[in-house]
Amino acid sequence: MAEYPDSYRYTKDHEWVSFEGDVGTVGITDHAQNELGDVVYLELPEVGAQIKEGQPFGTIESVKAVSDLVAPVSGEITEVHTGLIDAPELVNDDPHAGAWMVRVRLDDAAVAETLWGADEYRKFLEETAEGD
Amino acid sequence: MSADLKKTPLHAWHIQHGGRMVEFGGWHMPVQFAGIVSEHNAVRQRAGLFDVSHMGEIRVRGGDALAFVQKLVTNDMGNLEVGQARYTVMTNFEGGVLDDLLVYRLDGDDYLLVVNAATTPKDVAWVKEQAGQTDGDFEVEDQSSQWAQLAIQGPSSEAILARVISLDLSSIRYYRCGWTQFDSLDALVSRTGYTGEDGFEVYLPAGGAVALADALMAAGQQEGLQAIGLGARDTLRLEAGMLLYGHDMDATRSPVEAGLEWVVKPGKGPFNGRQVLLEELDTGTLERLAGFVIDGRGLPRHGYPILDAGDGAEIGMVSSGSHSPTLQKGIGLGYLPSELAEPETQIAIEIRGKAVPATVVKTPFYKRPR
Repeated sequence: MAEYPDSYRYTKDHEWVSFEGDVGTVGITDHAQNELGDVVYLELPEVGAQIKEGQPFGTIESVKAVSDLVAPVSGEITEVHTGLIDAPELVNDDPHAGAWMVRVRLDDAAVAETLWGADEYRKFLEETAEGD
Repeated sequence: MSADLKKTPLHAWHIQHGGRMVEFGGWHMPVQFAGIVSEHNAVRQRAGLFDVSHMGEIRVRGGDALAFVQKLVTNDMGNLEVGQARYTVMTNFEGGVLDDLLVYRLDGDDYLLVVNAATTPKDVAWVKEQAGQTDGDFEVEDQSSQWAQLAIQGPSSEAILARVISLDLSSIRYYRCGWTQFDSLDALVSRTGYTGEDGFEVYLPAGGAVALADALMAAGQQEGLQAIGLGARDTLRLEAGMLLYGHDMDATRSPVEAGLEWVVKPGKGPFNGRQVLLEELDTGTLERLAGFVIDGRGLPRHGYPILDAGDGAEIGMVSSGSHSPTLQKGIGLGYLPSELAEPETQIAIEIRGKAVPATVVKTPFYKRPR
């Protein structure tokens, strides 16, 4: 199984968040990129946009499927990884670091405590793994 | 859920080789192995191995076999030589496409119809029903479960296959076939495919499939032969401008609308749907299948609306759409009013509520260098 950094938080929608003060950096997990396959297209919000936990904030598209990016936290977008839009394959190559997607000024920094740690996320993956 | 699905003789082989298995037309098949883009590029640049054992095989034999086949399909099989294959469609009485298929002439009075997997049960029922209403000396047999079919496609295919079988492959021209032996089994080797590359399709008894797949993978190691799933099969065929039954045509579409006039030969004599197709060839159709490339950002998908570039009115629907790994942009097919189906016409594709500009182009999107 891939490395899931212990310092990150995770969601059932296979996003990760790295917290620093009241700012969260968001990306998708190695499991998510592997399920999607070759990522060829990304739609990300603009700086200043408000995103809301559990709601779509963008779109990710692989050769075979299109999916919503589901916000793991609520807050205002302060930075967008625009370089990723021209190099979406980075999501497959380096999902947990190089392919960060947006930074968010959190409405409530305590949200970190409500998300899963790496162990809980790994356990979730094992429980939901298909029986093959 | 996979228990209800049909399995090819290579089902366990796919799982052993890391195939990601999905449902496809009632079959449990690998959608990808290493990844769609990697597999796609392997076929364009080197070679790829496909399991196409889920395809159906219908054998028609007897002194009047040719006359019966001629009645079923639109293309002319009258001058098909022994050892030759021809692409065609099978139509209903209204000229609607029941399936697209290859017809092989295996011997003087011996024809093999190779049909799509999802349509096999329906095709077999139709062919048998038609046979019941046709006098003559011929027999129809559904041989689908007896045959395995492997395809090896890509520029290195001939070199790799030649190490595994004794047949002189240089003697097999495009859309020709020949018999050989593999593991003491009779195998039919055909220079055909669904990728736009040079390559072969090998038909052999189901029991020989695993041994042939293993032998090919071993023989193709130096060229980097890869196992290919349905995902790359779809991107490869779409780039090559080849149609997918059930998406790009169905019983409500005629071969003329689908741009397959070249397989409609009314001069050969009577066949199902001939009168309708004769008129369509003469007067044209209201709609036609067209290829397009996306000029903006985004990918077209099956079912997305096609819009008029001017007033934004809905004028059609995407029948097939994907990212093209070779062209590095979105490509697709869809039915358009015939006057808009001309190359260089500006259209738009509605992608998640946004009108993204696109241009009608001549297909194929990709042609292999020769």
